[in-house]
Amino acid sequence: MNDRPIASELAKPELVEQPLYEVRKEIYARAVSGWFARWRWTLVFLTQLVYYGGPWLVWNGRQAVLFDLVARKFYIFGIVFWPQDFIYLTALLVISALSLFVFTAVAGRLWCGYACPQTVYTEIFMWIERKVEGDRVARMRLDQQPMSARKFGLKAAKHGLWAVLSLWTGFTFVGYFTPIHELGAAITGVAAAATPGAPQLGPWEIFWVLFYGFATYGNAGWMREQVCKYMCPYARFQSAMFDPDTLIITYDPGRGEPRGPRARNADAKALGLGDCVDCDLCVQVCPTGIDIRDGLQYECIGCAACIDGCNQVMARMGYPKGLIRYTTENALRERLTPSQILARSLRPRVLAYTAILWAIIIAIAVTLYTRVPLKVDVIRDRGSLSREVEGRWVENTYRLQIMNTQEVAHRFVIRAGGAPTLQVAEGDSIEIPGAATRMVPVRLRVDMGKLAAGTHKIEFDVAAADDAAIAAHERSIFLVQSGK
Amino acid sequence: MSDFTGGFWSVYISIITIASIIACGVLLKAMSTRKVSGSQAETTGHAWDEDLVELNNPLPRWWIWLFYVTILFGLVYLALYPGLGTFGGSYQWTSKKQYEEEVAKAEALSAPIYEKYAKTDLKQLAADPAAMAVGQKLFLNNCAQCHSSDARGGKGYPNLTDADWIFGGEPETIRQTIANGRQSVMPPWGPVLGDDGVKDMAHYVMSLSGRTFDPLRAARGKEKFATTCVACHGPEAKGNPAIGAEDLTKYTLLYGADEPSLIETIGKGRMSTMPAQKELLGDAKVHILAAYVWSVSNPAVTGAAPAKTGAK
Repeated sequence: MNDRPIASELAKPELVEQPLYEVRKEIYARAVSGWFARWRWTLVFLTQLVYYGGPWLVWNGRQAVLFDLVARKFYIFGIVFWPQDFIYLTALLVISALSLFVFTAVAGRLWCGYACPQTVYTEIFMWIERKVEGDRVARMRLDQQPMSARKFGLKAAKHGLWAVLSLWTGFTFVGYFTPIHELGAAITGVAAAATPGAPQLGPWEIFWVLFYGFATYGNAGWMREQVCKYMCPYARFQSAMFDPDTLIITYDPGRGEPRGPRARNADAKALGLGDCVDCDLCVQVCPTGIDIRDGLQYECIGCAACIDGCNQVMARMGYPKGLIRYTTENALRERLTPSQILARSLRPRVLAYTAILWAIIIAIAVTLYTRVPLKVDVIRDRGSLSREVEGRWVENTYRLQIMNTQEVAHRFVIRAGGAPTLQVAEGDSIEIPGAATRMVPVRLRVDMGKLAAGTHKIEFDVAAADDAAIAAHERSIFLVQSGK
Repeated sequence: MSDFTGGFWSVYISIITIASIIACGVLLKAMSTRKVSGSQAETTGHAWDEDLVELNNPLPRWWIWLFYVTILFGLVYLALYPGLGTFGGSYQWTSKKQYEEEVAKAEALSAPIYEKYAKTDLKQLAADPAAMAVGQKLFLNNCAQCHSSDARGGKGYPNLTDADWIFGGEPETIRQTIANGRQSVMPPWGPVLGDDGVKDMAHYVMSLSGRTFDPLRAARGKEKFATTCVACHGPEAKGNPAIGAEDLTKYTLLYGADEPSLIETIGKGRMSTMPAQKELLGDAKVHILAAYVWSVSNPAVTGAAPAKTGAK
């Protein structure tokens, strides 16, 4: 017999202990095909073609895209970036950020849903999983089964394929920093004996291949949406980049509610139902496991799988497509037409981002195009500031650091000017091989008595003997001692 | 290595560090479950700005496991590397040791090159452009601060490109100068000669070196020269390389051959030091530098002057 407290006595509520941290619920995303899925796969192919194929291209007898950290030179096809060119990296980052702002303000999380490496690799890994383990229902059944030879075999095959792809990804990544041909040779041990001077596979290369491979395997195979939901900051500040005119993936409740199943050719209106048949397909295909019918959520990565899924059902039911579609908050509220929505895309915020973006792109393009492949630094001798020679001249000595940033050798001629009778007494010409730097001691002299005591501003002119356009001017000082 | 006089701070730091790490673990464990009443609370219970509430959603479990991993990593790291006060860690790592290892590795790479050069005769080495490129780099890094980048020195710093050598210009002598350094002292004659006497002596020296001079003063100086200066500078004033007494018949002198400079030199004296480079650079580099210094004063032997090819 239970001694149940009567309602009038307020019983102390029983305290239940529950975990504060939840175990990740495995999401079995259903496969979907459609217009947006095709776009995503196109971008998967394009981005990975560039990523995996890039390091294998050859240019000027060396790897076309190579970030040689040890020698501190970045090669991108014909352009060699030296540490002094770091401003271009800054510009690249600014351009990336601004373009992100532009297209996010226009159409939401386009990066997340179509181009982000996390999405791309998860798509590839999920495709492998589908091919090995089967479709959604088959995968769910397999996971519920106890371990068997078949299950072990399938899981091993899947993880094996994942591991191979991850290692290849890690190898490609390191191949951007160590020439990939030599890296491949070192790993396979093939040409190592043939070319004794070739770089051997060092501990750091091995470490980074494995690290990056492990990161790919972990993020794309296991973590998947956990990265988007918890790790990535973009998810959290997207709300700052959206506004009521941003195109976002939206369920149209005005059209869809009240939702409910019905026969194929039944009259929905007569039944008092909206277009949504409550098939839950939009939930089944979602890679982050949300229900888009609840409205915009931060987990939604904008992959539009729900749009593709719902459109399939709408087509089969004979209803118009677009129950879930790209639309804006204002469009839903004010019932805007598509052309009106498009017109709203050209609002001040978008135009301002675009203008700044193009200004920077054009500025960088122009400076890159007109870049002179010569850098000169003048370092005055400080130990010996000024000296008198044989009662006839006053001399100052300098060191010129001349960087020939092109991959073509040049002979450079050094001239000085800016003071009467100033001449280069020693160090007036130097031969510098391609993409190399040399230090030249230079001695300047003036006739004694022609220049007053004190500091005099002079300038050095360094120019390639065979191409007058490659020239640099650097200012310096000429000192004449006082008194005597 | 501790700079403290006692062990208190070391123990203090260690206790606080370990206790904090353990506290993190305890906090994690304590916070991994919560007691809630039957009805699940969905918000944290606070409300800001009237209706802003925060959902109390559970964090993912992998997050807490990663936190445990970092605690483990921290403990392992502190066992292996220095971090707890003066405890050196089982690897006994110090930045000084790492530096020494890196220097040793670099020197092992360059050792065969230096060995090869160290065995070569100095004049032969001077004719080798690759060796002289190394020599120029060494010179610019170590010698040019005083002798200037073109090796022509200045007031007080010898011109290495001319034929005048204070201590001798044979390759082996140059090598000794660089390795062991040189010291020479010009005693101050001001107290002995007096201001006028110093000026007389200055004009006599100017007469020796082909500069315009006052004949009266020079004659007076010449009288005193035999008694005061010949001991070091020789009867013909040609100098004495053994002690580094300069040849006074040159037009250019180390500390200046014009009147004010000579008055200062003779009156106040000079103290010249060429620092010894053997300790700092080692025999091999000194050997190459000797060849380089000899080569800059003998360009005919080496062919193209080093300045044309520049240093890397």
